Amino acid sequence: MMKLSLLLILCTGLLATSTGGSAEVSVRVEPTTLSGPRPLQDQSKAAVIRDYLHAWQGLRGALEQNRPELLAADFVGTARDTLADTAQQQAELGVHTRYQDLSHDLQILFYSPDGLSIELTDKVDYEVQVIDHDKVITTQRESSRYLVVLTPAEVRWKVRVFQSVPQ
Amino acid sequence: MPRSTFLVAGLALAAAHLAFAQSERMNLPKIVEAGSGFSIQSSGSGKATLYLIGPGRVLKQDLQLGDTASFSSLYHAGHYLAVLVSQSFTASDSFDVVPAGKPATLSFLAKPSRLPVGLHDAITGAVYVFDAYHNLITAPTQVAFELSNPSGGTQQRSVTARDGSAWTAMDSTAQQGADKFAARVGNITSTRVVAQVPGDPCGLKMNVHPVGEKLQLTTDPVRDCNGNAISDGTVVTFTERYGGAQSTVDAPLKRGIAEATMQVHPGATLSVASGVVMGNQIGWAK
Repeated sequence: MMKLSLLLILCTGLLATSTGGSAEVSVRVEPTTLSGPRPLQDQSKAAVIRDYLHAWQGLRGALEQNRPELLAADFVGTARDTLADTAQQQAELGVHTRYQDLSHDLQILFYSPDGLSIELTDKVDYEVQVIDHDKVITTQRESSRYLVVLTPAEVRWKVRVFQSVPQ
Repeated sequence: MPRSTFLVAGLALAAAHLAFAQSERMNLPKIVEAGSGFSIQSSGSGKATLYLIGPGRVLKQDLQLGDTASFSSLYHAGHYLAVLVSQSFTASDSFDVVPAGKPATLSFLAKPSRLPVGLHDAITGAVYVFDAYHNLITAPTQVAFELSNPSGGTQQRSVTARDGSAWTAMDSTAQQGADKFAARVGNITSTRVVAQVPGDPCGLKMNVHPVGEKLQLTTDPVRDCNGNAISDGTVVTFTERYGGAQSTVDAPLKRGIAEATMQVHPGATLSVASGVVMGNQIGWAK
């Protein structure tokens, strides 16, 4: 299903797909304008986007259930450590957060010459619900631009830098 | 008072308003630099709980409405949510923590670690620029790349990192040896060693001498086109063709020279090669 979705993304640039949550997520992929010398094959591009969108599922699960181990499949390095700290601190305070990504507007910016990193930007709309013990404190809709660096692992790309920047 | 004075004052007020993310109950900065302190001003009366949720940092603290909550610092760049909850209301707002302006570390990937001399744009380097808290510095940043060889020759490039990344390509130099490939931002430098080895043999030449009933084939010292000695162990192939038949001998370089002994076949053609590089041919008429 995900393969088919990504094929459609690359062909049409826009579609609604499910990234594992309950809501349909709109994903738009802007034309690639790489600053590096290495060409990015469609297969690699699809894999990076697939793995990045999958990382949102890991993030969602880890922060909703306060289980840092759920990050391991999709995140590595600083991004994993930072999100794991968030989950751990939430658990200590009895807080958890429920993230639901609503739309992604992706553009791949940089493919390093050695093929060992890809940088992309994502203008993402998401909803975040803050829950203290079992009481919903607030539900906010947010728009952020993320800078994301992914590096290849054994069988997939993993998010190494996951940083929101002011729009 | 002139109208322009009102205009300037109005613009100043508008700018001050924009600099803060405000809700009715909270006044907080819209942008905070990583590692800097900041405060959130509440308004009203009574007790409340303030939640602060962002990357790597989650806080929950009781607050007397009307008080200011001061925070020593947040270190992770990103989008933060502040929620103020009292018995009568809930107020939410958000702000961004941006990377500290000063670069502190570079993630420098250089490739390859070993390559032949004299290749154009064959050495590449990519850099990601981080602050002291491992935040990617997204503001345009000047990165200086330098490739220097042991004999003192250097290649330099200056590249502006955008969204935290920069790259360059350099030529491998003419001389073999261990070159230093450095990326520098301000006073932060990261260095990699790139070993440059001789290229393919150039002007491969052999000499033939009869030794009894056999021929002794010996190459001149084998070098690449830049004069670097080809590494010992590199295989040189001697070939003898005669009367529709062929015999070959593979000989590794020893001290820069390859040698082989072959049978004498009058009218034979002798040739030498190493990899895809052909050397000279000699016809043996005796």
